[in-house]
Amino acid sequence: MEIDKLTQQVLDKIDDTGFTQEGAYNLRYNGYALCHGDTEHIKIKKREDGNQGINVYISGEAKGETVHIPVVIAASGMTDLVYNDFYVEEGAEVTIIAGCGIHNSGCNDSRHDGIHTFHVGKNASVLYAEKHYGEGEGEGGRILNPETRIFLEENAVFTLDTAQIKGVDSTVRKTYVEAMEGAKLFVTERLMTHDAQTAVSDMDVVLNGTGSSAQIVSRSVAQGSSVQTFHPKAVGNAGCHAHIQCDSIIMEHAKVSSIPEINANHIDAAIIHEAAIGRINSDQVVKLRSMGLSEEEAESVIIEAFLN
Amino acid sequence: MLKVENLSFSVTEEGRTRKIIDDVSFSVSQGEMLVITGPNGSGKSTLVKLLMGIEKAEGGSIRLEDSELTTYDIDERAKAGMGYAFQQPPRFKGMTVKKLLSIAAGGKLSENNCCDLLSGVGLCAREYLNRQVDDTPSGGEMKRIEIATVLAKPHKICMFDEPEAGIDLWSFSMLVKQFEKIHREKKESIIVISHQEKLINMADRIMLLKDGRIEAIGSREEIAPALFAGGGFFGCSKTD
Repeated sequence: MEIDKLTQQVLDKIDDTGFTQEGAYNLRYNGYALCHGDTEHIKIKKREDGNQGINVYISGEAKGETVHIPVVIAASGMTDLVYNDFYVEEGAEVTIIAGCGIHNSGCNDSRHDGIHTFHVGKNASVLYAEKHYGEGEGEGGRILNPETRIFLEENAVFTLDTAQIKGVDSTVRKTYVEAMEGAKLFVTERLMTHDAQTAVSDMDVVLNGTGSSAQIVSRSVAQGSSVQTFHPKAVGNAGCHAHIQCDSIIMEHAKVSSIPEINANHIDAAIIHEAAIGRINSDQVVKLRSMGLSEEEAESVIIEAFLN
Repeated sequence: MLKVENLSFSVTEEGRTRKIIDDVSFSVSQGEMLVITGPNGSGKSTLVKLLMGIEKAEGGSIRLEDSELTTYDIDERAKAGMGYAFQQPPRFKGMTVKKLLSIAAGGKLSENNCCDLLSGVGLCAREYLNRQVDDTPSGGEMKRIEIATVLAKPHKICMFDEPEAGIDLWSFSMLVKQFEKIHREKKESIIVISHQEKLINMADRIMLLKDGRIEAIGSREEIAPALFAGGGFFGCSKTD
């Protein structure tokens, strides 16, 4: 299947590993599956419940395989609502590369709402990476509302690496996680807004099992007159550990709110939240300038590293 | 090579103006090592910050070879050949040691070059390349990485603000070796702010700064004996 230049450009932005039509993959383009492939251990099936989207079945035999499921929207005025469900069997080890890029050259809003649900079996290990990106010279908005629901069985390990890199005018991100005994969650969220963009990120992590843990790092940069709101919430219902760290760099006329919520419902629940919002550290700028970078170059290096 | 004339700088606090650097003139020739020493609060760090352009002088001039640096910004002075190591290096979230050293070198730096730089300041290189210069390295590790950033690129003149502060004795001796190497090659001039006898005794010339003015400047033979007479004064200490 040949992919046009514009789509390939957007794919390059959202899939660092390089999207190829090999192994297990599904490329969704303007609201339909453009191409897809299975492997022995990973099967991708179109949903049959009337909703748009796919079910991805990952067998316990899958060890070290990668699934690519990017979404590209190049049509102005389109709203795409997709439900993708992942069934990861006991003992599987898999990397899932998702992400959505919108190229909107028109005057109407383009919107993608991706609802991803993960059922992760005992001792399985999943790395899920998603990148969100918008571009195009049109005045129409580029709107992305991802919803991620993760259910972890005993001793499952889930690493969520989510990033909004540029060009998304409005986003409401919802993440919900439930963890059983010994399950481990690692979240890295990176978010960049500029101009008059808005971003809301709500994250609920419920630790139900003894020995379960969650480590959540959220880093954001707000430029222009953009507005960001973070509401991370951890609930400990058993002897568990959770650490939430939110760091934001605020620039120009932007606004950032960080509203942490931690709830302990068990004597052995240990939950920590740290949040900091501040401008770029002037000593960092001076250090980089003393190595020959201009003020603008120094700021962009600091931001790039911070969101790395 | 470096010629500083009538440099002045003052600060105003609660309506009162205080001279921090008061009409300071001196020069450093090519390959020369000048150690600036003196009591705390004498203006040593401010003087070097004025040279680097981090603080703006209110009077005087700074020339490096044929370039008049006085109106130059920090990055323009860096490009003109000046290097500067912070006394308290800033930390960067998300920045790896390798990335910082590459920026310092002015472009991509091979893994081997990075390792050489880190070994030169007493750090076990491979362990450090992908570590972040965030709040995880110790103060001593940060100081050594800071010095490596200055050594990453050739300069006409390198300035080090109390390189010995906050590092252990073993790292200090590695550092002394690095200074000896630069000094021996005579390609780069060095200005070091220090209270350490070992560094002071490596100097070609020593400047003693007090209350923002040069109390004495001269060869090591002229100045050093008086500094350490009677067990040390002006904040200088014996190392052995």
